[in-house]
Amino acid sequence: MQQLLTTSLTGLTLGMVYAAFALALVLIWRSTRIVNFAQAPMAMITTYVALVVVNAGMSYWIGFAAALVSGLVLGAVIERVVIRQVEGKPEINAIILTLGLFVVIHAVAAIIFGSSFRSFPAPFGLRGFEAGGVTIALTGFAVFSICSVAVVMLLLVALFQHTDIGLKMRASAFNQEVSRMLGVRVTRMLTLGWALAAVVGSLSGLLIAGGSLVYPSYMDSVVVYGFVAAVLGGLDSPGGAVVGGLLLGVSLSFVSGYVGSELVAVAALAILIVVLLVRPAGLFSHATARRV
Amino acid sequence: MSRVAFGSVIGHLRRTPLRRNLIGGLIGLVVVVLVLESVGPFRQGQFATMAYLGIAVGGLTVLTGLNGQLSLGHGALMAVGAYTAALMLHDVDKPLPLPVVMLLSVLVTVVVGAVVGVAAARLHGPYIAGATLALAVAVPGIASFFGDNLGGEQGLSVSTPEAPGWFADAVYFLTAHDVTGTKYLAYVGWFGLIISFVLLANLSASRVGRTWRAVRDDEVAAELAGINVGRARVMAFVVSAACAGLAGGVMAMVVRIAAPSGFTLALSLSLLTAVVLGGLGSLFGALIGAALLTFLPQTITGLGQSLGLSDLQSAQLAPLVYGLTLVLVILLAPAGLVGTIRNAWRRRQSPDPAPIHPQQEAMQ
Repeated sequence: MQQLLTTSLTGLTLGMVYAAFALALVLIWRSTRIVNFAQAPMAMITTYVALVVVNAGMSYWIGFAAALVSGLVLGAVIERVVIRQVEGKPEINAIILTLGLFVVIHAVAAIIFGSSFRSFPAPFGLRGFEAGGVTIALTGFAVFSICSVAVVMLLLVALFQHTDIGLKMRASAFNQEVSRMLGVRVTRMLTLGWALAAVVGSLSGLLIAGGSLVYPSYMDSVVVYGFVAAVLGGLDSPGGAVVGGLLLGVSLSFVSGYVGSELVAVAALAILIVVLLVRPAGLFSHATARRV
Repeated sequence: MSRVAFGSVIGHLRRTPLRRNLIGGLIGLVVVVLVLESVGPFRQGQFATMAYLGIAVGGLTVLTGLNGQLSLGHGALMAVGAYTAALMLHDVDKPLPLPVVMLLSVLVTVVVGAVVGVAAARLHGPYIAGATLALAVAVPGIASFFGDNLGGEQGLSVSTPEAPGWFADAVYFLTAHDVTGTKYLAYVGWFGLIISFVLLANLSASRVGRTWRAVRDDEVAAELAGINVGRARVMAFVVSAACAGLAGGVMAMVVRIAAPSGFTLALSLSLLTAVVLGGLGSLFGALIGAALLTFLPQTITGLGQSLGLSDLQSAQLAPLVYGLTLVLVILLAPAGLVGTIRNAWRRRQSPDPAPIHPQQEAMQ
């Protein structure tokens, strides 16, 4: 019973983090039709920025903010300088490009920060709450993870639904040509979209790292989980990404708790294959027409 | 007179792709023997590495360039081949003959590749990339999970097979050199490479290759022309997986171990680098890509050390160059090294070139 509870709670926490990462992928997919495989190392390197700030003696929160800001800048710069060149080109070019960025950022991080495992601080306790002599696996940091992802999601909803700039971003994602004619600076919106996505990605990087170890490839499996979560939700819907992330987090937590942690990635692969074969457009898809 | 006769003989021999490819293979064989006999054991080991990377890159370039499917999971497929070979060469007194081991590596990988290919055939673009990425991340975990049979994190050690007597005699007869273990493996690798490249070149020039290209360029048009799109894509994946299996089998013997740490995502991504650098779909480009993967790291690491970086930092310079290569090739020369040179050559040959559609150029 206790293991069931522990597994579910761990899964829920992880699920929220995967949801954030999936959300970052979905934001970019919606605006530019690119799956940003470089999201993982981008989040990794911003976490290293936070680590440097914290190790310099400043508080966790300054490091946290520094990571998010550097994510914002990194996302904007990458879109502006590199991704801009392949927008509208065959999709295979964009995929290879993001994989190239993946390798580059990895190597840069390993050169600057070293490849060794370094511990990353957590702002809240890592011990579970005690209730009636039983330790519940809901740590302070887990609560913080869930809350921060929820806050970010609400902020994104507010941005996209209730502000002028959000409307412009949605318009440019929906139809670039028409938006441009209506006076929307589409390229600027795309840059902003990448920047926002990178911030959300950075957040998930910080949450995965909190109280754990950081090394250049610590986010590599998360990009797979984030992708699976995004595909579960349909790759096109932010809400779907969140639900997909939670579902995946709980499922993988059960695999890890009851079967073996080595098989988590295999389980993610199996889920991905089943979803793609049964409902290729995601769990919440409607039938859509494809223009030939 | 003799020149005309010689020209007509060459022309006759070049008439069919099969003959042309066989002649190419024979010339390759001669070059391989000459090179392997004239370099030392260290270089022989490097050439063995280049051979297995070349086989895998060749398979991948056919899949990506001819059929338009991008696989990030070929490192995982190599792992399947390597573990198959390792299971047969691990702690056995009388191992099976090498061709049988290689063939079994290929067969097992073909079965796995068929399963993955059936799933991938229904996907396109980023979905295939994501699914095969998941494969690359997942497969090393399987080896760790079944630690009792597959050796866990330490992996399975592989005993290097001895060169059979007739082979040693033949090499001694031709070159008056003895066959050492490393040299034997290099020969095995390059025989595998030549055989698979001749088959791949033949396949891509045949009806099957044309079908694959048709599917790549326009699925709907291909279907209207009576091509079974799904079958073509699965076939392409299976052929490519067979190459990866052979490459994995050779790799297990060359590195003398099959361990999860040998088949990380980095391996799959470096294979992709070689494919992109050489130009999607070009077998010659695949060979150049494999050569760069083999010989570049050492040079760059040495360069880094001479620039005052630490050993660990220098070791990361090679991946940095791979990544930058991927980015720059896509941005500046989407047709790859060989493709760009070939296009420039064609442009010089014909003064009024037909405009190349950007999409086609990227996919060549």
